[in-house]
Amino acid sequence: MVDMPLVTVEDLGVEFVGPEATVHAVNGVSFTLTKGEVLGILGESGSGKSVTLRALMRLLPRKKTHLAGRVEIAGRNVMALGEHGLSDLRGPIVAMIFQEPMTALDPVFTIGQQIVEAIVRHEDVSPAEARRRALELLELVQIPSAKRRLDTFPHQLSGGLRQRAMIAIALACRPQLLLADEPTTALDATVQIQVLLLLRSLQQELGMAMIFVTHDLGVAVEVSHKLAVMYAGRIVESGSVVDVVKRPRHPYTEGLLGSTVHEVPKGARLTPITGSPPNLAALPPGCSFAPRCRYAEARCTGEFPPAVTLGSHLGYDHVARCINSRRVGQPETATS
Amino acid sequence: MNAPEAQRITLKFDALTPAPGAMEVPVGAMLPRTYWHTVGVRLARDPYTAACALILLAIAGAAVLAPWLGLPDPAATNAAQRLLPVGSSGHLLGTDELGRDMLSRLIHGGRLSLTMGVLPVAVALAIGGTLGLVAGFIGGRTNMLVMRLTDVLYAFPSILLAVAIAGSLGAGVGNALLAITIVFIPPITRVTESVTTQVRAMDFVEAARASGAGAFRIIRTHILGNVMGPVFVYATVLVSVSILISAGLSFIGLGASPPTAEWGLMLNTLRESIFLAPLNAVLPGFMIFITSMCFNLISDGLRSAMDVRL
Repeated sequence: MVDMPLVTVEDLGVEFVGPEATVHAVNGVSFTLTKGEVLGILGESGSGKSVTLRALMRLLPRKKTHLAGRVEIAGRNVMALGEHGLSDLRGPIVAMIFQEPMTALDPVFTIGQQIVEAIVRHEDVSPAEARRRALELLELVQIPSAKRRLDTFPHQLSGGLRQRAMIAIALACRPQLLLADEPTTALDATVQIQVLLLLRSLQQELGMAMIFVTHDLGVAVEVSHKLAVMYAGRIVESGSVVDVVKRPRHPYTEGLLGSTVHEVPKGARLTPITGSPPNLAALPPGCSFAPRCRYAEARCTGEFPPAVTLGSHLGYDHVARCINSRRVGQPETATS
Repeated sequence: MNAPEAQRITLKFDALTPAPGAMEVPVGAMLPRTYWHTVGVRLARDPYTAACALILLAIAGAAVLAPWLGLPDPAATNAAQRLLPVGSSGHLLGTDELGRDMLSRLIHGGRLSLTMGVLPVAVALAIGGTLGLVAGFIGGRTNMLVMRLTDVLYAFPSILLAVAIAGSLGAGVGNALLAITIVFIPPITRVTESVTTQVRAMDFVEAARASGAGAFRIIRTHILGNVMGPVFVYATVLVSVSILISAGLSFIGLGASPPTAEWGLMLNTLRESIFLAPLNAVLPGFMIFITSMCFNLISDGLRSAMDVRL
């Protein structure tokens, strides 16, 4: 990893200030990403995955959100950008693919119009040239009969094609960083794989960095180089895909792996994680996973465990935030 | 850079990647080019809407061309020919209580009545629509301020409010127009605001922000594009209400004044003759009924034609 990082996130914090309570959605997330790298962020609902993505683009409602920490993308200090700086950032540098292809496309404009709009917004090109580029993009995302699809409305396309169209819009200005917020969750299984493979090949072809947020372990493994597991707004474990999936060192990751249909013999029961995620408006002191953790002991509730580097694989440090990380995943304690 | 494990899984699924051009399927031969083209095609195929549009076009066309149609002077009285029945020679639809030709008066009356129907709505649409868009998009305190102010006007029944405003400004067509416009601003603001608030929360607005669109651009394309349909449909309903209110204002003497030909006013003056010549007395009312019903049905047709998802 000799390249300068494209994305540097340091101690990112997001709080939503409401009339009744302040919700601590993200509590000190740090990571770096270089050009051409794919980071998979794994976590259950409410773990702060999507909020982290939106914070990177500063898409969260300004008045109700408190942001903390440092975000630098392509040499720009995102936290300090004004409305204009953000407009220049969104599109040509960072673009985002949303979860719901049904609602993330404007129903009253054709696919072509929406791609053209995204291009014209940032680049000084003629309408004919923009349309030609739109057609190229539809072909790039492998939409069949691209020429005719250009003039169709979102509701005339299937879910998979809509998601492809959305990817085309996101790629319209050749972003350096693509954020994908559960882009395959709303699709059915076979279409999921097609879209996933498309995203991976596009990422490699265009040399983009990508942050892929999902709660689906299989999906994360398929596209990512490195993984970060989030729990209650913190990254509890990160490392190369192999390290995290094969040698989990945080009890939460271990529990997550134990509760998915992943290399489990047929007929074997899955092991769910007991309990439920903590209330983000009133986080327990110390490790937020402690109340559900089977390794928990008294000192877990003191303060949040520091990051422990446990090794390195393919150039990615394997880091876990657990004081018992050496005990987790060892043969005598491992599940199944 | 891929982990070897991941690489292995890959090969298994590569067969599922569609080859370029492999799924070349013909997409319907008659793909509409634009949104408004779709709406147009759908409207033309809807028999009720098409019929109503034709009737309205005929009434409006006749009203506009009235002076050149060779009709008798709508203001020329003839004491000898008062209240001739419908179908009399020379007076196809009879005459009124002063012997004026009914057909001529109904057609000339359409000029004022239709103007009173469309103009206040158009002006109120411009003002209320802008207010609603701004309030809905900005939200927060701006929204509170605008919406509570419109609520003050909204608290009065529309006819009463129109009567009160027209009454305090004095009788006359101009004041009646102004009064009806003021009456229509609150409901249009409210409808626009509620649709805007809904659209603003949609994912595609966030997606537009994520691709770098500024607030003005989002309002102009995504918000306006999605709000225009429902608000426009609502406005067509208001046209018929506007015709009714203006007829009502004229009827109680706050709108057009005699001898001007206007449907509401004609209804008022013919009221005393309802037992002598019932058919004649009912005709202006019939015109109001037909016109406002046509506008209502057209707005229904527009509603279904403009929803692209149907």
